[in-house]
Amino acid sequence: MNDMTPTREQREAKLEGMGCKRKRVEDIRFTQGRGNYVDDLKLPGMLHGDFVRSPHAHARVKSINGDEALKVPGVLAVITAETLKTVNLAWMPTLAGDVQMVLADGKVLFQNQEVAFVVATDRYAADDGINKVVVEYEPLPPLIDPFKAMDKDAPVLREDLAGKMTGAHGPRKHHNHIFEWTVGDKDLTDAAFKKADVTIKEMLSYHRTHPSPLETCQCVCSFDKIKGELSIWGTFQAPHVIRTVVALIAKIPEHKIHVISPDIGGGFGNKVGAYPGYICAAVASIVTGKPVKWVEDRIENLTATSFARDYHMTTEIAATKEGKVTGLRVHVLADHGAFDACADPSKWPAGFFNIVTGSYDFPTAHLSVDGVYTTKAPGGVAYRCSFRVTEAAYCIERGMDILAQKLGMDPAELRLKNFIKAEQFPYHSALGWEYDSGDYHTAMRKMMETVDYAGLRKEQAEKRAAFKRGETREIMGLGVSFFTEIVGAGPSKNCDILGIAMFDSCEIRMHPTGAGIARVGSKSQGQGHETTWAQIIATEIGIPADDIMIEEGNTDTAPYGLGTYGSRSTPVAGAAIAMAARKIKAKAQMIAAYKLEVHEGDLEWDIDGFRVKGLPEKSMSMKDICWAAYNSVPPGMEPGLEAVSYYDPPNMTYPFGAYICVMNIDVDTGVYKVRRFYALDDCGTRINPMIIEGQVHGGLTEAFAIAMGQEIRYDDDGNVVTGSFMDFFMPTAVETPHWETDFTVTPSPHHPIGAKGVGESPNVGGVPAFSNAVNDAFSFLGSTHIQMPHDFWRNWKAAKNLGVFA
Amino acid sequence: MIPGPFSYHRPATVADAVKLLSSLGEEARPLAGGHSLVPMMKLRLATPEHLVDLHGVAALKGISRSGNAIVIGAMATQHELLASDEIGQSLPILHEIALLIADPQVRYRGTIGGNVANGDPGNDMPALMMTLGASYRLEGASGARDVAATEFYQGAYFTALEPGELLTSISVPVPPAGHGYAYEKLKRKVGDYATAAAAVVLTMADGKVATCAIGLTNLSETPLLATDAAKAVIGTSLDPATLKKAAEAAVAIMSPAADARGPVEYRKHVGGIMVMRALSRAAACAK
Amino acid sequence: MAKTHVTMKVNGAEVEGLVEPRTLLVHFIRENLALTGTHIGCETTHCGACTIDIDGMSVKSCTMFAVQAQGSDIMTIEGVANADGSLSALQEGFRMMHGLQCGFCTPGMILRAQRLLKENPAPTEAEIRMGISGNFCRCTGYQNIVRAIQYAAAKINGVEFQEAAE
Repeated sequence: MNDMTPTREQREAKLEGMGCKRKRVEDIRFTQGRGNYVDDLKLPGMLHGDFVRSPHAHARVKSINGDEALKVPGVLAVITAETLKTVNLAWMPTLAGDVQMVLADGKVLFQNQEVAFVVATDRYAADDGINKVVVEYEPLPPLIDPFKAMDKDAPVLREDLAGKMTGAHGPRKHHNHIFEWTVGDKDLTDAAFKKADVTIKEMLSYHRTHPSPLETCQCVCSFDKIKGELSIWGTFQAPHVIRTVVALIAKIPEHKIHVISPDIGGGFGNKVGAYPGYICAAVASIVTGKPVKWVEDRIENLTATSFARDYHMTTEIAATKEGKVTGLRVHVLADHGAFDACADPSKWPAGFFNIVTGSYDFPTAHLSVDGVYTTKAPGGVAYRCSFRVTEAAYCIERGMDILAQKLGMDPAELRLKNFIKAEQFPYHSALGWEYDSGDYHTAMRKMMETVDYAGLRKEQAEKRAAFKRGETREIMGLGVSFFTEIVGAGPSKNCDILGIAMFDSCEIRMHPTGAGIARVGSKSQGQGHETTWAQIIATEIGIPADDIMIEEGNTDTAPYGLGTYGSRSTPVAGAAIAMAARKIKAKAQMIAAYKLEVHEGDLEWDIDGFRVKGLPEKSMSMKDICWAAYNSVPPGMEPGLEAVSYYDPPNMTYPFGAYICVMNIDVDTGVYKVRRFYALDDCGTRINPMIIEGQVHGGLTEAFAIAMGQEIRYDDDGNVVTGSFMDFFMPTAVETPHWETDFTVTPSPHHPIGAKGVGESPNVGGVPAFSNAVNDAFSFLGSTHIQMPHDFWRNWKAAKNLGVFA
Repeated sequence: MIPGPFSYHRPATVADAVKLLSSLGEEARPLAGGHSLVPMMKLRLATPEHLVDLHGVAALKGISRSGNAIVIGAMATQHELLASDEIGQSLPILHEIALLIADPQVRYRGTIGGNVANGDPGNDMPALMMTLGASYRLEGASGARDVAATEFYQGAYFTALEPGELLTSISVPVPPAGHGYAYEKLKRKVGDYATAAAAVVLTMADGKVATCAIGLTNLSETPLLATDAAKAVIGTSLDPATLKKAAEAAVAIMSPAADARGPVEYRKHVGGIMVMRALSRAAACAK
Repeated sequence: MAKTHVTMKVNGAEVEGLVEPRTLLVHFIRENLALTGTHIGCETTHCGACTIDIDGMSVKSCTMFAVQAQGSDIMTIEGVANADGSLSALQEGFRMMHGLQCGFCTPGMILRAQRLLKENPAPTEAEIRMGISGNFCRCTGYQNIVRAIQYAAAKINGVEFQEAAE
């Protein structure tokens, strides 16, 4: 030992492993405009495609005439459903077991539905072309209200399903019915309600909204006729799934399809599905023999690709008069739009909505979900949440507040009384899940102490008195939310997409000089995987994170993975990374033992290498082991240092958190002010606290937008009235509140590094916190529930309905 | 989202611009900041065959004092208004309002001429110009004329501008020293048009309102001057009952459309609230 | 449609090209000049992803025609780094403060912040928030972007960056 020998702390710090606020690798290129997004790609001879879209919500297509469009200089082709029929692609399968028109086949079923695809030499000519295509429509009655979808005289939307009274998820009750999904024990639950001292019942609507990442959906398809190979660069959150889907529907051998997701400008669920633009660009490339680019514009993005939510949840809770919950009954009417294109694991038509019992120890529960068709855009994606989990969290968290109000109890106290206790984990919920770990009471109490919950309630009481005396026109609300998520889809026993189990994967190759590359089946859209995945490996094998390159998104090089959505990357791909790293480490240990001339069992791990137990000066660094792996491995061992892991998780993970929103509302204008927002998250082991904080900030901002105004709204004729950034509420830095973040750490017992995932928690927990704040503000005036979104005019309307202006 | 094709013209003088606009007729549109027109062109809701870009016309720039009026060139941007000391001293309400228009990038390009001339009821400057008693200089093939802001607006996107005519400058009488002013704008977020907005310019004498003008934005097809509401506050100290009376008089002339900002009854209600708040704040800053 | 010859200075270099009058400046920059750091996020002049600096102004380049930029002096994100290739104070601030995630809004945000700091070298938090209100970010919730700009302001002004207490 001399002065130059690094200390243990220095060696540890040099790795920049798990738990450190490592600065992001990605930022070097992104801050210099050197990202590589789909629209940045320019291939020789590349053509551009653009859609003619329906102005009607529901109409018969009498004719499509592209003659004038073909006269526009630069326009090469006008593709319609008739063209696509020649390659059997006029319709495509959806992830939910339904089929969807790629281009209007006989009729249109939502405003801005794709009707024809114009291919031209550049995007200007394509736009000129779409304006020259003449489409003759015969309007049919729109169906906007999902509650009227199953009326006897409701218009028939899906003529293609005539006579098919069984769908992918069982029997259909009506021509506009898609599925009914039930979970839980109905008789036990009914009995609990019969016996209950107190019950509540409320229809809670979670309005239709949209993920709307700043980069829209887009692709470039290039078909090489000589080789018979199709290359697709696209905004895909799940590139391997896209490859398989293309292989299945386009009948191109899967090894001849190359799918590449380059840098992606945000996803939030929008980029999970397959859209007509991808199919049309691929067909156009096959037809023309040239690369074809399709770039969606913002209005198309908001009105045609994948909405989220639109769940209408009739929620009932049974409880004792002391406030102990005894039963939960929920019926959901789910508006899926014109085609069931929900991006859920195949067997889960309502996603994991059966997490709706939340953080509470319900002895029994029953859930039923009816999915219906309407003349709205298809979708139903998980907008920054696991599948339908944000709907479920909203349902139970509003329900608990309504119950507290009925019982005359404080909503935080009611929650504390009903939480699943730390010692009950692993906990089996009444609707079938096994919660892995949690300590809800600690998290809740930390939140209450940090914000001085009692003090806030006292201030609220004073403010309410002042309001009643006419001294102020401002009311104050406290929005408490305690959510439990279910993420990390998922175990092969219950999760698949099109029959492919939802595992994830990692391949690590260590090079002779001690640097390496890891390829992963996930795909970052801003989450910073290139930074955090290397941190996991750094801690696991003692190689500095800076010496590990992470690569994702190229299906030719990355091992098969199911992609990034539903907060599944850390729980599933993160586990695969750790497991692959451990395989590397195991082989490294054999090499080290051989080189140090000791038995493997005599070695112990020490930060960045192995040392001989009891002889710490006799050691071998991982870097040296890498070199040895290429020149002096033990006899009989294959040279090299590589490993692959496909990780099938034994269970989901269950992150949780305690949030509170403090809000003032001016009853005269409905204008609100978020005074304070505190978010405590428990996502298990924390890989990079800086990135976690950033994820929480972003998710809270999206939750704020959704709860307070972000809505895809249709008028009675089926026109989208919030179809651009003028009316679709996208908060700027001025509207966005300041966020306070905090944490507890309850590792997942089944995950190799104990991590649970965090990216979506703030959206899941945030929305009920905002909505509960608004509802709490108005509750003393006699209101039980005000529907979202809580934009200014609706707040004012609520005040008016409560007699504030009488 | 690509504009249709057009021919581009960049005159250097007002005379050339006017000549182009009148000879090219209805298929020509003047291009100022472009932040209303270009998005409409991208949506192909506007498809002019000719654009006459006014950025080369030096005479349309500038902010100057002429006697008791401030003369603002039509091509002065919101950013230039904000940077002008002359405006800050003489017409401070213009600073207040310019900061509430759109966002910083738009304010670098967006011009006062475009804001007042295109007749969009959502624009903020027109109601203010009516409140301040401004007049617009319109130049056409047959010469120049001045039209009072109060006479200019005829309907949504319909104004007193004749085909071929160009709004070249705005003349704003300087309000008396010590006047009070306020612009209360309720909007959903930065970049939005007003759900409802009210401009107030008043003078006080011995604690009572001596003179008052009230303008309303986005509460009808055109900007409105709420004259009855203004009359109702003259001679009062703006007690709550008077404020309420003024708001009621203002609400009586509002006829907003229902849109994503809210239903008609809401927009009228908050229109009245904006009037009351603007009156109170204007009185508080009057000297 | 006949094409027009345009010349302008972009990131210090004289460039030229043939454009239709309707060619949007953002398309000229991205496609003719192959400077793809300037992004497109909407077509209604709201999102600010296409923000560049023209003659001392922050401009949304999706709302200006290339012909209008004739003779102007433009800076895009590709011209922001220091002459020696190191990150500018703002670029460094964004990285140090985790002011970006997907990176799509970042070029526009940095160009806008750069002009803001030129006009107001020591802005308050409220001034920063107002100053970047023409730029949407879907990932960060803006809080770390504000910190990134504060970091850069401090660095440019030669003072120590102090984070405001929560």
